[in-house]
Amino acid sequence: MKPVNAVITKVVEETPTVRTFFFDTSFKPEPGQFVMAWIRGVDEIPMALSYNNAITVQKVGTATSALFKLGEGDSIGIRGPSGNGFELKGDHILLIAGGVGAAPLSPLAEKASSQGIKVTTLLGAKTKEELVFRERFEAAGSVMIATDDGSEGIHGYVTQLIPEQESYDRIYCCGPEIMMKKVLDKVEPGKAQFSLHRYIKCGIGICGACCVDGLRVCKDGPVFGGEVLKNSEFGVYRRNECGERVRV
Amino acid sequence: MLSLTLTGLKLKNPLLLAAGVMGTTGSSLKRIADNGAAAVVTKSLGVEPKTGHANPSMVEVDCGYLNAMGLPNPSYKNFQQEIDIAQDSGVPVIASIFGGCALDFLEIAGTLDADAFELNVSCPHAHGFGADIGTDPALVEDITAAVKTATDAPVWVKLTPNVTDIKIIGLAAQRGGADAVVAINTVRGMAIDIESGYPVLGNRFGGLSGRAIKPAAIKCVYDLYDALDIPVIGVGGISDWKDAVEFIMAGALAVEIGSAVGNNINIFKYISKDMEAFLAEKEWTFNEIYGMAHKI
Repeated sequence: MKPVNAVITKVVEETPTVRTFFFDTSFKPEPGQFVMAWIRGVDEIPMALSYNNAITVQKVGTATSALFKLGEGDSIGIRGPSGNGFELKGDHILLIAGGVGAAPLSPLAEKASSQGIKVTTLLGAKTKEELVFRERFEAAGSVMIATDDGSEGIHGYVTQLIPEQESYDRIYCCGPEIMMKKVLDKVEPGKAQFSLHRYIKCGIGICGACCVDGLRVCKDGPVFGGEVLKNSEFGVYRRNECGERVRV
Repeated sequence: MLSLTLTGLKLKNPLLLAAGVMGTTGSSLKRIADNGAAAVVTKSLGVEPKTGHANPSMVEVDCGYLNAMGLPNPSYKNFQQEIDIAQDSGVPVIASIFGGCALDFLEIAGTLDADAFELNVSCPHAHGFGADIGTDPALVEDITAAVKTATDAPVWVKLTPNVTDIKIIGLAAQRGGADAVVAINTVRGMAIDIESGYPVLGNRFGGLSGRAIKPAAIKCVYDLYDALDIPVIGVGGISDWKDAVEFIMAGALAVEIGSAVGNNINIFKYISKDMEAFLAEKEWTFNEIYGMAHKI
């Protein structure tokens, strides 16, 4: 498909660096699916859908900075939703979110809660102000918090909140790769799913730029089971825009 | 039943992975080989690492795809390890290479260890590379001849259809000593977002691939088969076994499959099985259908 025109209807400042852009166009995503967001004349980047009609974006580079200059009435091009999304299973699930990694997990929390599944969320961020979607996770179940500076919850990393005695049917995780790797090393891999971030070029499963051990993040992912990621490139290296290996 | 020898390479079937598709990493190439491809071609490699064009770099359009990746690649200097991983699959790994002059090609082909080289003188949207070179028969002949002096591996030349007469470029490659030609690269194209007037591709224009270009590719293969003594490898819009058979009847000794891999990662397995069934039903051999359209 060619990009669909999506007009911005509302911009919500979630944190000092994270904003949610709502569109006049609604998609029917599975939680965890993403879209390719085209900021015309600048770049096109993959973004998780945080609602059926919204993406939640951290300002990190050229494209996101250009997006942050747009407001109500402006438009971008959207392709998608793409990828596989999370596979929701079990009676009690654990969500582990780091930073803007909360974006794809928040609709999963709401879907699970609406189906009567018990949801526990471990939410991490650099500071109290940078916690994303705390209220949405609290509305869906219980929340434990970790911040790098100790301004809220425990002083440390979200991985320190993972209970030693596992009592969850499934674990869903999204955040910085180093954090996700720590989670993978700590939990039963077969129970856990991880949403990966890679440099995505074509976004339609052809070029292979986003491959992790031959698996396309844009088409076979972005969500992968822990058993697939165990002993893989994940957590070791990624590839830059040229395809060169870069340590995570 | 479908096995053949192509420029000295032993292939279990005539189905190869085209350049630029799942070709940036050794493990993705190996995955395609494990899924039935008889040989795989890498992403085009240059002398220095290159980021490529801004996104969108590939979009689906009516009956095909438009792309302008912009030759992103980690440089041949960082790629031997990926070729080695791909070779673990047991199938030949062909390095697609590009450059701005004969010396670039010479440097890469003289250093990299691959089962064959495919010279990309046909990318339609990289200024100073690709089709900027491949539309000039003298340059194509010179570059091919230079690469032949640098390697004992077979050298294939991938041709652009964006010329008045593709046979002239094919003959130039043959004079330069090419072991085969590959036809065709993408057809120059463009799409515009009517909501904003912006060209959709980051590079503004690019190359068309997929179903839409198949008849154009068939005609190029048909003409090259007549004009050349070296084998023609057909590529352009193959989505199923019937397309592959059509290319072989037009005169392709083997075919490459690209865009269709996106929606069907197992396409090589399916096409090979269905081609075998078709030949059995018709009681034809591969050799009988090779160039069949010329013989009747």
